[in-house]
Amino acid sequence: MSAHQSSTLPQHPEKATLEGRNKFLGLWFFLAGETALFATLFGVYLGLRNSNAGGPTAQELFSLPLVFVMTIILLVSSMTSVLAIMAMRRKDMKGLLRWFIVTVILGLAFLGLEIYEFIEYTHEGHQFTKSAFASAFYTLLGTHGAHVAFGCGWITTLVIRNFNRPLDTYIAPKFYLASLYWHFIDVVWIFIFSLVYLLGVIG
Amino acid sequence: MATHTEKLALSHKQRSGLWDWLTTVDHKKIGIMYFVAGLFFFIVAGLEAILIRIQLMFPEFDFVSAQTFNELVTMHGTTMLFLAAMPIFFGLMNAIVPLQIGARDVAFPFLNSLGFWLFLFGGILLNLSWFLGGAPDAGWTAYAPLSTEYSASHGLDFYALGLQISGFGTLMAGINFLVTIINMRAPGMSFMRMPMFTWTTFVTSALILFAFPPLTIGFFLLMFDRLFGSNFFVADAGGNVIIWEHIFWIFGHPEVYILILPAFGILSEVIPTFAKKRLFGYSAMVFATALIAFLGFMVWAHHMFTTGLGPIANSIFSVATMTIAIPTGVKIFNWLFTMWGGQIRFPTANLFAVAFIPSFLIGGMTGVMLSVAPADYQYHDTYFVVAHFHYVILGGSVFGIFAGIYFWWPRMFNKMLNETLGKWHFWLFFIGYHLTFFPMHFLGLMGMPRRVFTFLEGQQLELGNFISSIGSYLMGLGTIVFAINIVVSMAKKEVAAYDPWDGRTIDWAIPIPTPSYNFAQLPLVKGLDAFWIEKMNGNKTMTPAEPLDDIHMPNGSILPVIMALLLSVAALGFIYDSLFFAIGGLAAFFFCMILRSVIDDHGYYIKKEELAPVVDKGGKA
Repeated sequence: MSAHQSSTLPQHPEKATLEGRNKFLGLWFFLAGETALFATLFGVYLGLRNSNAGGPTAQELFSLPLVFVMTIILLVSSMTSVLAIMAMRRKDMKGLLRWFIVTVILGLAFLGLEIYEFIEYTHEGHQFTKSAFASAFYTLLGTHGAHVAFGCGWITTLVIRNFNRPLDTYIAPKFYLASLYWHFIDVVWIFIFSLVYLLGVIG
Repeated sequence: MATHTEKLALSHKQRSGLWDWLTTVDHKKIGIMYFVAGLFFFIVAGLEAILIRIQLMFPEFDFVSAQTFNELVTMHGTTMLFLAAMPIFFGLMNAIVPLQIGARDVAFPFLNSLGFWLFLFGGILLNLSWFLGGAPDAGWTAYAPLSTEYSASHGLDFYALGLQISGFGTLMAGINFLVTIINMRAPGMSFMRMPMFTWTTFVTSALILFAFPPLTIGFFLLMFDRLFGSNFFVADAGGNVIIWEHIFWIFGHPEVYILILPAFGILSEVIPTFAKKRLFGYSAMVFATALIAFLGFMVWAHHMFTTGLGPIANSIFSVATMTIAIPTGVKIFNWLFTMWGGQIRFPTANLFAVAFIPSFLIGGMTGVMLSVAPADYQYHDTYFVVAHFHYVILGGSVFGIFAGIYFWWPRMFNKMLNETLGKWHFWLFFIGYHLTFFPMHFLGLMGMPRRVFTFLEGQQLELGNFISSIGSYLMGLGTIVFAINIVVSMAKKEVAAYDPWDGRTIDWAIPIPTPSYNFAQLPLVKGLDAFWIEKMNGNKTMTPAEPLDDIHMPNGSILPVIMALLLSVAALGFIYDSLFFAIGGLAAFFFCMILRSVIDDHGYYIKKEELAPVVDKGGKA
């Protein structure tokens, strides 16, 4: 950790260079595209959510306590990624790494619970090929889960690669972008929680 | 970072030949590759069209089988839209937009290269289907269940996966242009001083950003239904085929504006240049472009009037569609007013640009006819529709593309195209185009359905079809003349003169050939048509906005080619049920992403001593 380098860092190291600003804006546009992508998936799911073709219905399947735990885990992971970025603002590379590691662990915990949930559903006769409802459900949640997995891989790569490096204007945008992306998949989950689970339980 | 600079400058090696093209991240070279690949697919799809027209030349003709005809129709449309028109526009955008805004490259040079290679490999994958058991045969719209239960060959798998891969590339290109245009404009280049082609590129990229992700999902659903046994479009299991139509057209309607807006931009550059007047109503043009894009997302269901959405939905979409005629009309009149009182010259570029106006206008008018929902019940799925969309896409996009090609050829390839051959090309193509598609209006009104592989005698369809086929051969001839023109121009040694058309925008203020760093010093932009302003003030080139200094450049990389190849391997793995190649290809692809992330890439510097001295060749005005 080079004290010299850190003390000369600007307040917003992630946007100090043109490259950083380009990446920042580029990721926002990418998230806009992702919004359209998930909107399409939500549309498909809402159109097919009652087409269970004799299989189990949403009301029979969903258990809110498990989903509530998953939601809390993901929300907390979003908060820990904020703490990581706040550490970056303080030029505290150790804090940044520490909070991102916590974020990844929470992300993995979420994924573990989601896989457990899917396996349970499969046992209850809710397989991907069972009905249009099942296909739409697994495609929407699977796409979100794949995004979480990708985010875990992304942040892990950054943490390992930059474990012993000082914070500078080259690596700051990389971490910042990963945290932005992480918030986005968190926001998508909020919509899944309300439009899939809450709506599903209400019927 | 000063120590970095020293080390980086040394690390750069000049690459040569094929290796240079495979690894380049230079927007000018990527532009040329997009352009060449797009032209190649244009010729492939054009040949498919000619085969279609041979089959339809006589009633009950037996030139190709019905199955082959279906494949030809599908691949002609798919190839023309995804692999010919869009890439050629991307070629022009890549080559020209950074120059027009005074940037040294695009925002994400690596992503730019990756986008190109994904498009190319996706296109090749799609066309491989011809040799691997049959091309897709469900029309370019791939309506379910025709594309799911009733298509036996692997063709539709190639369609879903090939276009998926090329679509990723398109999305990357869109994001890249958005960021480039927002963040990297030269000093003084405010939004309302941007050249119109840059504006339309910007708006087109926004359309891509919101239109392609739904298509991505659509292709995934199609792929899951075909390969993994999901039930999105299986009515027995609760699926709904109308969902595909909605998703496809939520993408598909913006797609036609993705194809026409860049052509509008090209016209707005070519017509003022050759009328020697500034564009009439610049700000109205900008707002018309944005409005067309906005409305473009509101009208997708006009492709589905006969689906049975009900009178309320049909009325709303009908009225929304008609309103698009207003901003489009604004554009048509502005081009006419630009020419009014100008000193008009007619090199081939301007011939194509001026021919665009009435041709596209006819397509626009039939578009308004089609937007009337009750009348559409008559037109739907007839040759009237075929005539309409060829009038807008061929008479619009392709004429715009040719205008842009003749106009920017010296900028991209440093040589001029031959004007005599150019005029032969224009007249053959122009006459052939109207001969081909004008009779189709009447064939459609007489009841000839689209996508049929033959028709019967004695139904008064013979003459129209015969004329139409002759016209398509004329277009083929015109394209051959164009190919000869390219060869002739390539063989020429003579480099084009500086500022050959007496240009107005700053892309013409750069010496020919364009240096790799574009601008030794970034230009100071003093207004709209910035180069023209300088010429009017007696300057021969742009006023620099910065002192001469070292220029930061991005490093080339071979990773994009490898990543595109790996994704194609994975796609083949999915199509042929080989988990090893499917998972292996994807895993290797993600490994390449990790490599890209962990290997530091700071680029390199061109020392200011290495920069070519700014040559004073003198503008004409």
